[in-house]
Amino acid sequence: MSATTFSIENNRTGRGEMSRAKLWHAYLTETKYECLRALRAPAFAIPFLLLPIVLYVLFGVFLAGSMSHGDPTVAKIMFVNWSVFGVMGPGMFGFGMFVASEREQGLLTLKRALPAPRGSYLLAKMIMATLFAAIVMVTLVAAAVAVGRPGLTLGQYIGVGLLDMAGSLPFCAVGLFIGTRASAKSAPAFANLAYLPFMHLGGLFYPLPRSVQPLEFISPAFYLDKLGLLFVGAPSLDQLAVGAAGPSSHVGPTIEVIVLAAVAFTFTALAIRRLARAG
Amino acid sequence: MNNESLAELSGVSKRYGKVVALDGMELQVRPAELLAVLGPNGAGKSTAISLMLGLQTPDAGTARLFSQSPLNLASRRHIGVMMQEVALPPELRVREHVDLVASYYPDPMTAEDALRLTRTLPLAARPYGKLSNGQKRQVQFAIAVVGRPKLLFLDEPTVGLDLAAREMMWSRLRELVRQGASIVLTTHYLEEAEALADRVVVLAKGHTIASGTVNQLRSLVGRKRITCETSLPPELVAAWPEVQTVIRDRARLHITASNSDAVVKRLAMADGNFLDLEVHRAGLAEAFTELTQAEPQSELTQEVAS
Repeated sequence: MSATTFSIENNRTGRGEMSRAKLWHAYLTETKYECLRALRAPAFAIPFLLLPIVLYVLFGVFLAGSMSHGDPTVAKIMFVNWSVFGVMGPGMFGFGMFVASEREQGLLTLKRALPAPRGSYLLAKMIMATLFAAIVMVTLVAAAVAVGRPGLTLGQYIGVGLLDMAGSLPFCAVGLFIGTRASAKSAPAFANLAYLPFMHLGGLFYPLPRSVQPLEFISPAFYLDKLGLLFVGAPSLDQLAVGAAGPSSHVGPTIEVIVLAAVAFTFTALAIRRLARAG
Repeated sequence: MNNESLAELSGVSKRYGKVVALDGMELQVRPAELLAVLGPNGAGKSTAISLMLGLQTPDAGTARLFSQSPLNLASRRHIGVMMQEVALPPELRVREHVDLVASYYPDPMTAEDALRLTRTLPLAARPYGKLSNGQKRQVQFAIAVVGRPKLLFLDEPTVGLDLAAREMMWSRLRELVRQGASIVLTTHYLEEAEALADRVVVLAKGHTIASGTVNQLRSLVGRKRITCETSLPPELVAAWPEVQTVIRDRARLHITASNSDAVVKRLAMADGNFLDLEVHRAGLAEAFTELTQAEPQSELTQEVAS
């Protein structure tokens, strides 16, 4: 018994204040364990880490490479487009599925009752999704360098990597919003309901017919893709197919950044409001 | 407001649509006491606890935790919580779960100490998802105490525990109270409340219908249980005015009576050869049943409120 004597005396007179260092420690601990558990969840980690690189090498490198007879512009477009695809999943599904099931299983209620620092739960999840985005980007760059395409400079690789890591945040926000609304069972379905149109209307895989092109504007993936392509100096698939006159050429980088920031902010705010009310 | 209260509900009402969960509820948690909150399903126990934890806000009245709003993070740093229905992430190891919650507090014990305290140290490296339900409850207990809380909220803490684990938890709870912590316990096991509680509050239909020590609550129920071996037919005994029920179990009669002295005298007169007489006061279970079957009676509350 003496070895396990429990003492609560140290906290008798405390006023419940936390030093800044301890608060930082709390945020860091939450983030560390959030990343650990996501990496240990094979149903989450394997698809979202492996799928982008496998699909990029298969379709982006070999298929598009042979169809375009090794056109370097197509290689650049493929790299940028598959990078966007790679960072969408962890944000949307990481938040959508985890938040929905944790909300349902009472974990969020417990965290609200415990003195978890404000926002630590969401911040940890955002950092986890960004970390996954970073891992995806590193693997894609490694694959691109290994196959000798698309001939970007080191600065361009790093630039696209950082852009897409930041660009994963609007997708996190949409996933979070779904996670706060949907049940654990329906969350993956709802996440797919947003994920698939975002992906296909983003113009990531093929040029869209002219009649469908106006719908591109509803996909955050379209804006992120445009930013990446502008950065590496490549046209979009639409532009490549129909010339520079496609609707996608009417959007400038400022508008793209504003749209992505607005999506991230709006959906995060809606989700936080919902969590504060319903847990 | 009573400065002695660690947590308090005063005049609190809460409805869910048309259902009134709490109606003018008064509840105080005092220092160094184990308060058992009892009541049938739907009595308002969970709502009362949720309001004290700041998980919900009252429609009327006030909820205070350490003299502040329960929404205030600083006041929640004095509490530990063990909820009934919570699934922690299965991928994290036991030690990691405890370590994470420790980081929320200003002056926690180490994860190892909390695990040692709850006798779960051998589970430290196991993934939480691989534990049995009883082991999960023990780990949740470690999570509840790791922050050295002044006030612990425990919702059905011993559900799913084997006898040894339950004894361990009871002894830890007694130790915590001895050291000056307060505990709010909700339980369906009345013997748990009987064994541990300094004070019991019984809720029904959103009201406090009784509050006092276990003995005070038991004394509310005038009935006593009498058992003995006798050859008297139960029909005869049942006809005595003081007797409420009679059950024969082989040679023994089990009698409940409002006036046990009178019944024992009658027994002695009717059957001088009765054997093995036992007279028990009603337990908390009988008191609980009688209280919650009756309509809320405010005079009853006043009678035993200390």
